[in-house]
Amino acid sequence: MLKTFKTGGVHPPENKLSSKAGIASLPLPKTVVIPLSQHLGVPSKAIVCKGDIVKTGQLIAQSEGFVSANIHSPVSGVVTKIDKTPDTGGYKKDAIFIDVQGDEWIETIDRSTELNKTINLTQGEIVKKIAEFGIVGLGGATFPAHVKASVPKGKTAEYLIINGVECEPYLTSDHALMLEKAEEICVGIEIMKKAIGVSKAIIGIENNKPDAIDTMKRASTGYQGTSVQALKVKYPQGGEKQLIKAILNREVPSGGLPIDIGAVVFNVGSIFAVYEAIQKNKPLFERVVTVTGKEIAKPSNFKVRIGTPISYLIDLAGGMPENTGKIIYGGPMMGKAAINTEIPVVKGCSGILLVSSGESCRKAIEPCMRCSKCVSACPMGLEPYLLAVLGEKSMFDRLEAEKVMDCIECGSCSYTCPSGRPLLDYIRYGKTNVGKIIRARK
Amino acid sequence: MDKLITVSPSPHVHSGQSVSKLMYWVIIAMLPAFAVSVYFFGIGAIYLTLLSVASCVFFEYIIQKYLLKTPVRTSDGSAIVTGMLLAFNLPSGLPPFIVIVGALVAIGIGKMTFGGLGNNPFNPALVGRVFLLLSFPTRMTKYPVAEGFGTPMIIPSEALDASTGATPLGIIKEGIKSGDGIGQILQSEGLSYTDLFTGNIGGSLGEIAASALLIGFAILLIKKVITWHIPVSVMGTVLIFTGILWLFGFEGHQIVLDRTGISLPLLQYTDKNTLELVPFHMADPLFHLLTGGLILGAVFMATDYVTSPMTSKGQLIFGVGIGIITVLIRVFGAYPEGVSFAILIMNGFTPLINRYVKPRRFGKI
Repeated sequence: MLKTFKTGGVHPPENKLSSKAGIASLPLPKTVVIPLSQHLGVPSKAIVCKGDIVKTGQLIAQSEGFVSANIHSPVSGVVTKIDKTPDTGGYKKDAIFIDVQGDEWIETIDRSTELNKTINLTQGEIVKKIAEFGIVGLGGATFPAHVKASVPKGKTAEYLIINGVECEPYLTSDHALMLEKAEEICVGIEIMKKAIGVSKAIIGIENNKPDAIDTMKRASTGYQGTSVQALKVKYPQGGEKQLIKAILNREVPSGGLPIDIGAVVFNVGSIFAVYEAIQKNKPLFERVVTVTGKEIAKPSNFKVRIGTPISYLIDLAGGMPENTGKIIYGGPMMGKAAINTEIPVVKGCSGILLVSSGESCRKAIEPCMRCSKCVSACPMGLEPYLLAVLGEKSMFDRLEAEKVMDCIECGSCSYTCPSGRPLLDYIRYGKTNVGKIIRARK
Repeated sequence: MDKLITVSPSPHVHSGQSVSKLMYWVIIAMLPAFAVSVYFFGIGAIYLTLLSVASCVFFEYIIQKYLLKTPVRTSDGSAIVTGMLLAFNLPSGLPPFIVIVGALVAIGIGKMTFGGLGNNPFNPALVGRVFLLLSFPTRMTKYPVAEGFGTPMIIPSEALDASTGATPLGIIKEGIKSGDGIGQILQSEGLSYTDLFTGNIGGSLGEIAASALLIGFAILLIKKVITWHIPVSVMGTVLIFTGILWLFGFEGHQIVLDRTGISLPLLQYTDKNTLELVPFHMADPLFHLLTGGLILGAVFMATDYVTSPMTSKGQLIFGVGIGIITVLIRVFGAYPEGVSFAILIMNGFTPLINRYVKPRRFGKI
């Protein structure tokens, strides 16, 4: 039986153009730019200087606190500078610039492709190594993985939920990974089970990926306690709260975390990175990125080194179409519009989507006719029309009372609004301000 | 890169739904009922509908362009919907000036006074209809006898009694007063449930054919223009409430109350200085469901986006409220029909419902 979450949700056209493309490897770019803030939390601190020679996999920036992550060099070469570079939205952030020379990996990394099933490390060692190797959530939120893997005192995890939903239209990087690395993901799940101390793991996959469901089912048969749950296609099922609700029928309490109801959620990409880190000693410095769009010649999934400029990927996928009007870093529902094509791929980049100029402008705004379609679409049971009006009028007290902080910014409201109102824009504005007020109160 | 690109916050895709698309689907859903009214009332139905639509669009255009000086939005189709709904609530054969006055009140007072689409507290078409009902009570309650294309387009005042009749609910109300049983009344008028279902009855343009209105309901549901909550709760409530009254009706029962007690139109003072319940006949629930524009109101007017609650829970409360008030007016009130008033009354409660009835929040502790 297909499961799904009950409250709200929408079903945008799936457009999974690259689902049969496989994962292609790339020649290395000439230079890479490694932003120091690629994860949720405190930016890392560079530990290399201009002129240093680095090897692939070498630690180049250190975690600054518990909620932060190490960064490793994705290439071998010379550090040319440590300077500001624009992030996706154009804000200047610190980054390490490296000129690529050859591809010399540090000796400790096991570069064989052989499957290694034996887990030698203890629970504590696994968590430590995950932190050391800079693993963050690769689904997009980039939350440092060791934080989630450290179950707080007084809480117990019951289930490990593996997110293979990929509910964003167009994106297929997790899909491709599940097809090609199913065994590795299963071993990664075993490692993570040990880390968080659970015996049961459930892989959630939407049924628009029947091949991935089959592959993962076959691969997971040899692993006790790991199962696959097919899910009905519905956005935003990849949101962890919605995924837990769909699979376990439990709700993360407002303001709480999945661990409060005994669940820990990891994306399949993160689990694969955990496998590589623990079994192959390989830090997180590459990931699968989908490059897609209706006009693009070869929609592809690439295995990309972190720091590669997205223009490089676009060229390899057949070049930028003439009528491109918007470059989306991520999926069309939650991705960010990029300011140019020179920005680098970071750990959280699951895809690059090129949208034609015709589809990149928003529709004209009409008055709200109170059709309540946004209320029906909201997966968090909020009233987007009301939150948007309160945001527009800066009524932060009422916004807080109407639970604006529960908004997961999935965009279902703006997607569905017949009047084309920028509901999420106003809600984000309200949420940012209410967040500031709440922090100031503490 | 030398090209300009768009940078905007997510989401970057849209469902493609728009105000005008939704409005045009509402218009399409009204077409079956419109076809039935043309079949029974002839060219007069077309004339009245076109006049009402044209007046509504015209007044909206004039008010937006010259009075409010805001962007003209007549192309969104909402004025056309108001015009059609107003026409659906009028008897065929009405003189043109009454229709135009109705349209002016509907659009001018009912809608634009509050700022246009999305801001009006009351359903504009019903504001227009009730205004006309109170201003021209005779003309508004005389319905032409259906003669197909032979039905007069405009009925002159002197011919009102000759060529018009009453609605089934009006007939029942009058009949009850004279103390007849329901079956008796229907038989003498030659009314059957098939007539109610196919629209072969007296009534305003759009209310007569239950079957055609239900087809419209199906269209609206399939195209996801509306949800089932309001229509089903209105119709369900009317069925249940009239069912209870019908099953446990007052027939044969006698209740004696003290003179200071509540007074209902059914109760009469007797010489003993007490209240006594008059033996009373009640039409069955199906009759109530199929008559008096209940389906028209439940499907097309109570579901008006602007004036109905935002949450499904609120919509159920709203629908139940309309059902109860409708039955109270029909059975105990002076008017034979109560749907319009019930909807307008519940429209007034909508802001209150929105304020206190919230959707179930995800992860509510």
